[in-house]
Amino acid sequence: MSVAVKAGPSTGGGPASAPAPKRRRYDRREVTAAALLLLPSMAIFAVFAFYPLVRTFWLSVHANDLLGLPTRFVGLDQYVEFFSNSELRRITLTTGIFVLLTALPSVVIGVFLALTLQARIRGINVFRTLMSTPFGFSAAATAVVFAVFFNPAVGVFNGILKMVGLDSVNWLTDPTYALPSLAMVCVWSNVGYTLLVASAGLQGIPDELYEAARIDGAGRWTVVRKIVLPLLTPTMFFLVVIMTINSLQTFGEIHILTGGGPNGSTTTLVYGIYQSAFAYGGSNYGLASVQAVVLLLVVTAATVAQFRVLQRKVFYG
Amino acid sequence: MSGLRRALTYAGLTALTAVIVFPLYYAVAGSLMTDRELTTFPPALFPSGVTLQNYVDVLDAIPLVRQYANSIGVALVVVAGVLVTSLLSAYAFVFLRFPFKRTLFALFLLTIMVPGESLIIPNYLTVSNLGLLDTFPALTLPFLAMGFGTFLLRQFFAAFPREIYEAARMDGCTHLRFMFSILTPLSRPALAALAIYAFIATYNKYFWPLLVTRTPEMQTLQIGLSQLRSLEAREPGLILAGVTLAIIPMLILIYFFQRNIIRGLTTGSGK
Repeated sequence: MSVAVKAGPSTGGGPASAPAPKRRRYDRREVTAAALLLLPSMAIFAVFAFYPLVRTFWLSVHANDLLGLPTRFVGLDQYVEFFSNSELRRITLTTGIFVLLTALPSVVIGVFLALTLQARIRGINVFRTLMSTPFGFSAAATAVVFAVFFNPAVGVFNGILKMVGLDSVNWLTDPTYALPSLAMVCVWSNVGYTLLVASAGLQGIPDELYEAARIDGAGRWTVVRKIVLPLLTPTMFFLVVIMTINSLQTFGEIHILTGGGPNGSTTTLVYGIYQSAFAYGGSNYGLASVQAVVLLLVVTAATVAQFRVLQRKVFYG
Repeated sequence: MSGLRRALTYAGLTALTAVIVFPLYYAVAGSLMTDRELTTFPPALFPSGVTLQNYVDVLDAIPLVRQYANSIGVALVVVAGVLVTSLLSAYAFVFLRFPFKRTLFALFLLTIMVPGESLIIPNYLTVSNLGLLDTFPALTLPFLAMGFGTFLLRQFFAAFPREIYEAARMDGCTHLRFMFSILTPLSRPALAALAIYAFIATYNKYFWPLLVTRTPEMQTLQIGLSQLRSLEAREPGLILAGVTLAIIPMLILIYFFQRNIIRGLTTGSGK
């Protein structure tokens, strides 16, 4: 029944089938088929991605009543409030510190572990598999296990400190330690992922390069520094961007372990969105949307940077 | 490699692995200990005896079996949805000619770049206005299409020999038949990578299920797990039993399907 439709302009089939300009002519059946095939994805995206995207911007320039219903247009007032209010400005700073404490160590440790897994010994795959364990832990699973570790009275961490003669630490309730403690939890949960990706990157480096360097008398460390790490740069860059985005989006660990406290010391942008919009019955959708827009811009900038750099890399071959 | 050096390598790797695996080890070992053992000083690292009481207790504390079923059910529905929608749209982007292709593909990429947390307020309002709060569709509907899925499959299909497609079409093969009887069987690795990726991402979700579920019966395992946290000082064994149960499916996935997972992870890393 169905007529074979070949891609290309020659299937125009119209009476005046003069060779049409190549790009312009589309086969109507093919276009219809494409529309039908794209429809399911587009319908979902329209409702749950494109509409909310526009709506978030819209909400961020409208004030709202106590129930969260938008009342009147206020322009950039809520942005000004966000950046001038010192408590809210602190959220941006906290987010920055948290990203720094989480993203870089996650990548450095992941790459380091991947390098140790290059050892040519029997059973290395068992080590790799075991080391990827954190990747199997969800945010909630990670958070509750570490909640047990962090317990000031009976937890393992203070137990260890006590054994070596140090004072106990209030890991999650002391404003000095809460953010670094959270970062430590997230670094642990990230290294499974970063080491897997770094390992895949290392496997792309041809063995001959190592051999050649060895023959030239290069030491182990020199090979790593002069050959392996430079060739691994695209992978490491990818990981830094992904980890930055990932830490910007961290929610579960914060919600479960500190609830943004103590004294707001672990309230990041994402947590600020949650608090303004959903916590304590406060439906301040306007202010929450301002934070959502700020988050969106930062994450999108990171992603675009990644696409740019990777495209440049592709040209190198 | 000399014997000494080999021994040192093993020792070093074992030490590193021990540090990383410790939370898993402690979750499993601790789930078999009594709370008295878990709260002694110095911290006990090995169970002196084995008790299953913590598992009994955790099943009492939260409707764990129901929440387990919710999590796995939601994840499977999302996986099925993502596979279908991504397959259809990636096929269109690779094999068909239509206007505004680049613009439409850019829109798909946009959905990858935009963080879900930024859209969570309007999405919550949408689901709430549709009367879907605390229902199964609230947990699945927004995730049935995934820009990343289309992106991943498109990259894979782009390497598919064009001649096979054209020959099949010439022989009168319909788009759907070509897709399901020729393309899909040959794309199993990419589909598997996508399925595993979508499963893990959905099973581990936290923010969205927290917002749209109310009753313990509709909550996913992650939310149930998080509610055990307050028992940390008195009943750590119960928490650890809950964690052990929750991570088993994930550990099976990542230990046995590591190859597929890495394929999914490295898409977009320029490899």
